[in-house]
Amino acid sequence: MANLGVNICGVDFKNPVIPASGVFGYGREYEELYSLSKLGGIATKGTTITKRMGNPAPRIAETPSGMLNSVGLQNPGIDYFIEKELPNLLTKDTVIISNIAGSTIDECVAIAEKLNETEVHMIELNISCPNVKKGGATFGVSCEGASEITKAVRKATTKPLIVKLSPNVTSIVDIAKAVESEGADSISLINTLLGMRIDINTKRPILKNNMGGLSGSAVFPVAVRMVWQVANAVKVPVIGMGGISNGKDAIEMMMAGARAVQVGGAVFTDPFAPIKIIDEINSWLDSKGIKDINEIVGSVQPW
Amino acid sequence: MKYTQGKYPLIKKESIAKEVYSFTILCPEVAEITKAGQFVHILPKGYTLRRPISICGIDKAKGTLRIVFEVRGDGTKELSETHTGELIDMIAPLGNGFTLSDDIKKIILIGGGIGTPPMLPLAQEFGENAIVITGFRNSSAVILQEDFKKTGAKTILCTDDGSTGIHGLVTAPLEEVLKSESVDLICACGPTPMLKAISNMADTFNVECQVSLEERMGCGIGACLVCACKVQKDGQEQMLHVCKDGPVFKSKEVVW
Repeated sequence: MANLGVNICGVDFKNPVIPASGVFGYGREYEELYSLSKLGGIATKGTTITKRMGNPAPRIAETPSGMLNSVGLQNPGIDYFIEKELPNLLTKDTVIISNIAGSTIDECVAIAEKLNETEVHMIELNISCPNVKKGGATFGVSCEGASEITKAVRKATTKPLIVKLSPNVTSIVDIAKAVESEGADSISLINTLLGMRIDINTKRPILKNNMGGLSGSAVFPVAVRMVWQVANAVKVPVIGMGGISNGKDAIEMMMAGARAVQVGGAVFTDPFAPIKIIDEINSWLDSKGIKDINEIVGSVQPW
Repeated sequence: MKYTQGKYPLIKKESIAKEVYSFTILCPEVAEITKAGQFVHILPKGYTLRRPISICGIDKAKGTLRIVFEVRGDGTKELSETHTGELIDMIAPLGNGFTLSDDIKKIILIGGGIGTPPMLPLAQEFGENAIVITGFRNSSAVILQEDFKKTGAKTILCTDDGSTGIHGLVTAPLEEVLKSESVDLICACGPTPMLKAISNMADTFNVECQVSLEERMGCGIGACLVCACKVQKDGQEQMLHVCKDGPVFKSKEVVW
């Protein structure tokens, strides 16, 4: 059994596998199937200052080796999260990463201030949601926008701050450097790629929101490339995600430079995916005689 | 809600109409805890997303569930090609079933097209105290009539084109029944316009009505919030979810 523990911004994770924000709610539904304490951490559903209804259904569509979603940040609001969900999550012996989003910088600051008074372990600032009209990805697609919001939220909290980036940009490296220079402690990427499907019989988009975020195995090579580029350009730890569905994918992402990985859509295909990925990483390390997961981080030898 | 994920053998497969299949799956631990109105979430081989399919039969003694589904796209096509003896990957049982209080004496069950299957377990429960009204596009789409007759329920068949049964929509015979008999509950599953019309009629006759809704799903267990359904509850509009809060809702609460 190799050491699977990783440290990100001073926070110890028992292993590098974290269900990604959005697919895992606040953990309750998956606890019916396995103990949450097996997970490295949990990135909670993106939470906003007040309750949001989200977009009309249909909000999901299958695509080749992946899916589109357009949930639109439905959530019960930060006060509900802090009162009703966070206390329960904090008893689960795993790192709790609170994912937050807002339509304005002031909203994100207000949420961060509220979370700063809690025992949550880390904050993940979502500047990349493609499914909301205001805010979301609009902050994340320019260096100025990304800098401005990171700077403001940084001032509002002393918690380790992860900034989650959008892949829908010309230069992911420039955005990563911008948020690093404004005080992000860590960078996570990639959020979903903006996509669309049309039902050719009805001439209607399958998603009621017309467009949605593409995730799943189809985006994995894009995610690996972006994680590699960003990990080579910044000093802060990188958390990689995008289409990871098995242990080999997780190892590949870590070789590209990710210190930990988040697992998203794979839990729809197999709710046990995060648990299986942890086991598969461990078996692979053992088979190679590698004693510590940290040895593989960024170990790719580019041509 | 209790559910498990596992791979269970397909022990009987029948084609019961054009592009409509009946699968009997051996899954004793699931069958044991399944209620009428719940669903299973099945992963077609090679696909990313599971497909929610309503439960058409629960046999606790034999440890089996029966599902009846229509080939709608590539995923259900793949599922329809499963052979007897092969394993089916499913999370089940999911959702809340119909809410049936002990004082329900007379029940009307309405199924439209591929919304008909979840009505069968209810017909078995209520037998001759049930009136089953089913509607289909045409005679070649008609399914499960013999199964419903075996339950002892009174059956009324409608088709859109009149090729068999009553020519017209299910709401015409429903109105006749409601005018002539005292009914405690209506349960319905089918296309949204049909459910909306039934809901309106239930309101007119002041009869409680529960509808089973369908929506594209992600996780199936209430975490991802994909299968949204707008309802009016506690004086305000809320976005609930078909998988965890439904699939059965009180028709009065649904914002159609």
